Amino acid sequence: MSIENSSVIPDLDFNTPAARRGRKLRALKDKVASVGIGLGGVSVIIAILLIFFYLLYEVIPMFRSAEVQPWVHNDQVVEPYAVPGAGKTLYMAMEEQAEIGIRVTDQGNIIFFSTTSGEVIKSIQASLPVGATITSFAMVSENSRMFALGLSNGQALVFKHTYKSTYPDGKRVILPNIAYPLGEQPIDVASTALEHLTISGSEGSYALIGGNQENLQAIFISQTENMFTGDVELEESTTKLPDLGIKIKKMLLMPDLAWLFVAGESGKMAVVNLRNQDAPVITQVLQASSSKITTFDLLLGGNALLLGNAEGDVSEWFLVRDDQGEWQMTKIRSFDTGNTSVSDLAIEHRRKGFATIDAAGELRLYNTTANVNVLAEKVAQANASMITLAPRANAALIEEGGKLTLLHIDNEHPEVSWSSLWGKVWYEGYEEPKYVWQSSAANNDFEPKFSLMPLAFGTLKAAFYAMILATPLAICGAIYTAYFMVPTLRRKVKPFIELMEALPTVILGFLAGLWLAPFMEENLPGIFVTLLMIPLAVLAFAYAWAQMPKQIRWLVPDGWDALLLIPVIMLATWFSISISPSIELTLFDGNMRHWLTNDLGIAYDQRNAMVIGIAMGFAIIPTIFSITEDAIFAVPKHLSYGSLALGATPWQTLTRVVIPTASPGIFSAVMIGMGRAVGETMIVLMATGNTPIMDANIFEGMRTLAANIAVEMPESEVGSTHYRILFLAAFVLFMFTFAVNTMAEVIRQRLRNKYGSL
Amino acid sequence: MNISVKEWFKSGSPWVWLNAGAVAISLIMVVGLLGLIAVRGLSHFWPADIVQGTYTVDGQSKTIAGEVVETNEVLTKQLIEAGIKIPDDTEFSTRHLLKVGNRDVYGSDFSWALEQFFTDQSKPAMLFTAERREWGNLYGYLRSLKESGKEIARVDGYDQSAEYIALWAELDKRVERALKIREDILVIEKHEIGAINYELERLRLKERGLQLDNVTDQAPYAAINQRRKELDAAYEGMQQRLLDLYTQINRDALTAEVAGGKVVEIQLAKIVRIFRPNAMNTGEKMLHYAAKLWEFVSDEPREANTEGGIFPAIFGTVMMVLLMSLLVTPFGVIAAVYLREYAKQGFVTRLIRIAVNNLAGVPSIVYGVFGLGFFVYFLGGNIDDLFFAAAKPAPTFGTPGLMWASLTLALLTVPVVIVATEEGLSRIPRALREGSLALGATKFETLMKVVLPMASPAMMTGVILAIARAAGEVAPLMLVGVVKLAPSLPLDGNYPFIHLDQKFMHLGFHIYDVGFQSPNVEAARPLVYATALLLVLVIALLNMSAIAIRNHLREKYKALEM
Repeated sequence: MSIENSSVIPDLDFNTPAARRGRKLRALKDKVASVGIGLGGVSVIIAILLIFFYLLYEVIPMFRSAEVQPWVHNDQVVEPYAVPGAGKTLYMAMEEQAEIGIRVTDQGNIIFFSTTSGEVIKSIQASLPVGATITSFAMVSENSRMFALGLSNGQALVFKHTYKSTYPDGKRVILPNIAYPLGEQPIDVASTALEHLTISGSEGSYALIGGNQENLQAIFISQTENMFTGDVELEESTTKLPDLGIKIKKMLLMPDLAWLFVAGESGKMAVVNLRNQDAPVITQVLQASSSKITTFDLLLGGNALLLGNAEGDVSEWFLVRDDQGEWQMTKIRSFDTGNTSVSDLAIEHRRKGFATIDAAGELRLYNTTANVNVLAEKVAQANASMITLAPRANAALIEEGGKLTLLHIDNEHPEVSWSSLWGKVWYEGYEEPKYVWQSSAANNDFEPKFSLMPLAFGTLKAAFYAMILATPLAICGAIYTAYFMVPTLRRKVKPFIELMEALPTVILGFLAGLWLAPFMEENLPGIFVTLLMIPLAVLAFAYAWAQMPKQIRWLVPDGWDALLLIPVIMLATWFSISISPSIELTLFDGNMRHWLTNDLGIAYDQRNAMVIGIAMGFAIIPTIFSITEDAIFAVPKHLSYGSLALGATPWQTLTRVVIPTASPGIFSAVMIGMGRAVGETMIVLMATGNTPIMDANIFEGMRTLAANIAVEMPESEVGSTHYRILFLAAFVLFMFTFAVNTMAEVIRQRLRNKYGSL
Repeated sequence: MNISVKEWFKSGSPWVWLNAGAVAISLIMVVGLLGLIAVRGLSHFWPADIVQGTYTVDGQSKTIAGEVVETNEVLTKQLIEAGIKIPDDTEFSTRHLLKVGNRDVYGSDFSWALEQFFTDQSKPAMLFTAERREWGNLYGYLRSLKESGKEIARVDGYDQSAEYIALWAELDKRVERALKIREDILVIEKHEIGAINYELERLRLKERGLQLDNVTDQAPYAAINQRRKELDAAYEGMQQRLLDLYTQINRDALTAEVAGGKVVEIQLAKIVRIFRPNAMNTGEKMLHYAAKLWEFVSDEPREANTEGGIFPAIFGTVMMVLLMSLLVTPFGVIAAVYLREYAKQGFVTRLIRIAVNNLAGVPSIVYGVFGLGFFVYFLGGNIDDLFFAAAKPAPTFGTPGLMWASLTLALLTVPVVIVATEEGLSRIPRALREGSLALGATKFETLMKVVLPMASPAMMTGVILAIARAAGEVAPLMLVGVVKLAPSLPLDGNYPFIHLDQKFMHLGFHIYDVGFQSPNVEAARPLVYATALLLVLVIALLNMSAIAIRNHLREKYKALEM
């Protein structure tokens, strides 16, 4: 600031070096402060906005498609290498770390090799009986690591490849080996050569089915461990299968050993029921595909079948119970493909996914639940014949004209797609496509069901019932408080109701769950009578009051009537509740719950949407009340005075002048209340059963997005699909409330500007 | 003056009345809710009389005794449907919920009793209540006192007698003694051994840190081992003292006959308090009430949080809220000052203002998700990698804890502070600022000496509202740091005294946990009501002070604007 022009007072020199220094210091301080405050302010605002971006950052990886690259080992790209060992490959797999591969040849050679160099680590020759050759191959499932070789003498050998990690000198060394889960001796399956073979089962109970076109036999093996000696004893039973009537190409047995699926020539498929082991029945022979079946495999868990054909179609099938209660093999969905013949199909070990390689050398990755093709990329020439996936689904090994290629696959979240999140999905074992949220289960081959629909529905249902209660109460209350109530009373009532906004919702939830829910269950008729009785009582009292002589009416001036009503309402409520048992006895035969369930067929949960409606309604009343009251109170007084002066009654003035003017404000109040109801967590968590069902029934519970996050987030594995879907749920909540609130805020600002001009 | 229904409706006054009814309903709901919590919460501490009587069902009689917790009327028909043989001559039957206690004997604390089967009701003065450290309350008749397994005194009969009074006085004395010894034990176990364990853990981390840094010099290792030996020796000594104390405390026992005739023996060490409610007069009951109330706010929880006090939860809540307000006040105020005083007012600031406003309406669980993902896993994980590598794989900050909970809540409440402060700043008349600038003050000086002091009540309001909101928020905390039972307080005598990485207990979560996750909800319910009451009181107090400050502020500037 320049002071040169100011009149100089002799004995007050502003220009001494000290004063100059002081001024400089002050100017500096000012600068520093502006920069500091600017920085601080901006960073706080950024920190707040960070929420949005962070949620997005966690959600986006889910929607990224998969990627495939050559495998990099020690900073070197792994080049294709010659297939280790001789002969034709029957089976190929990798261990957990994708460091060691296994290859089984048609000569009975089992070769373990390094997946990065092709170097043979260990080679084992299966001990075939004299004169026998390998005629068929079968696998239990990818994740069981068990497979069987069918021999020309009607016997089969069952193997399991196992790996042991050791840490000599702190470095991991994996030792591969072969085990014989059903014993080292060959198992007699059929009297003829095993041209076809299938094996399935789990811990302790296995079955092999094999033979040729004319003679197909099944052997059921159950293992029991002798409690005293620890020896494993085998118990076997055999049965002959009926003639299938189609030319067998490949057979698959479900792990529960109850169903056999046979792929035949020219797209035919036969379904055999083995539930009665002595008398297998052919239940279905159907035309499953319009052309030759090229691949025929069971998905993880063994409940669903994947079928690929020469035209390049891949479809999923599983058994569905029809109206008669019969199991029918049903085509569930078909996948987007390249329309070229599928050469080989590999099943993921831990997810409901698979990979295909087709005649054009294109690698495709799929997820069945989400029905998505997450990747389609040409990785091989036309003659690729075999593909296998590592257990972690992070690597694929492709055999192509005597060479092996190791690829790195980045496919973190294939189970998510728009349709799996928001659409109906036909899950395994379900009779029809459904919306289901079931994020986890005890078993490993479980199909996660990530439909957000039941949660979104539950959220809106809870909000809807809360709004039904809260909106009329809050708006009517606000109208009265702002327009009719005497100012002295208004100044007391308003802060009192606003105080309720600060009431922790955990308390409301606790009261709703532990007090209100049982109370309502006991006095259900009374609650409904109360809803009817209160308005009637108010009207009756008001009418009676209007009939009173003036002397009495004038005792209570206008604007105090609300207080008069308090005892009336309390009395009405008490009366309704106290006649509740009598009503129950006369109308509902003593138990309204039974009546609802048995006579009307309406399910009743103790913690239901009605409890939520009341408790959450209670929580949002103050929000709506406060904003509505402000909006109505802010309507310029001269508008209503004008109307009154023209002879309108106060009520006419209110409905025709005040409320239309304030309606945007009321609307924004409802929106903000709605936003609060949607995001409320504790009340819903505590006062509902938290079952993710889609049913608008007022007597049943729900699970909301917010409550779902609170329940499942702590147990969710970081970075997993489940974790990210919970983030998505949070993001949806965030966006919804943000949009609703912004809309309300903009409307409110408009309203303010409008009044400014009046 | 009579008015016809039609005219009356035409005048519109029924609608006005209905609107008035809405206000009345809201008020009744609010008052009713507060009343419900208060009555249920406060009545829990009152020593209720123990009723004893004969209960006859299907011709079989037994003696039962307990506190009447609840009495209601049920339809006789419903009872008959439930399989209870009861004459259906009356429409309703009275039913009592009795707290019969003695969980170790009967299997459950509560039992329903129908009035018409419950005869010969009396309140014998000799019946006593013992609050125990496990298995809940015991109700029964004192039979004998034992010292080191030997019986030293005995009374029989069910009427009050002189020898009974004497025995009771003796028991009282011995319970007092056991409680004193217990305090000594607690001091050793919690503080002294706790401190040693803490130091041992720090030594372990130090050693591991040295190993990680590849320090080969043996001197620091030797020093650590030396100190470890000292600590081990000290630990041995304490262990011995503890052993002695335990033999002392386990010396006495009592036997009591519970309703039904069974005689049980309990060690006095397991007793928290004994009293005979039926023999107490009102004054004694009030004293007892005060003692229980004090125990509730000052003691630690017992029996999976269903008994005892809630001190750790109060402490945790206060700590968390304090830390949060330390964070939220400066940042909120700076952001508000920036937005109002420094930023160029235009479209962008308006946008930001709307965004900040709306963030206050974003569901709190969303903040919890953000806190867990960003603070705990991302920031915490990185902090652990950088500074606490020695403690790995156990996470230090990479797990929910006090600091992350405070930060998350600070983020949740910062919009409240910003909005309130901005409102305060906007109320200050322009003339004041201009006056200050005209006198030659810089902008910063104007801000510090004129604007902020005048806006300080608004800031206070904002901070208080933020605190009130934070104190009642539970959903986000469930993700970022609260636990049902924290082994120690986040503030203690061990360096660095305040443990930001620790998990803590919280009043709101306590309500949720005890009310819904507890194994014995029925027994815990009164305690939950009491906790809820405390929380409501704290929050109502905070809000009322905010409102008072706001009103005061308005009055003050009304004068200024003149």
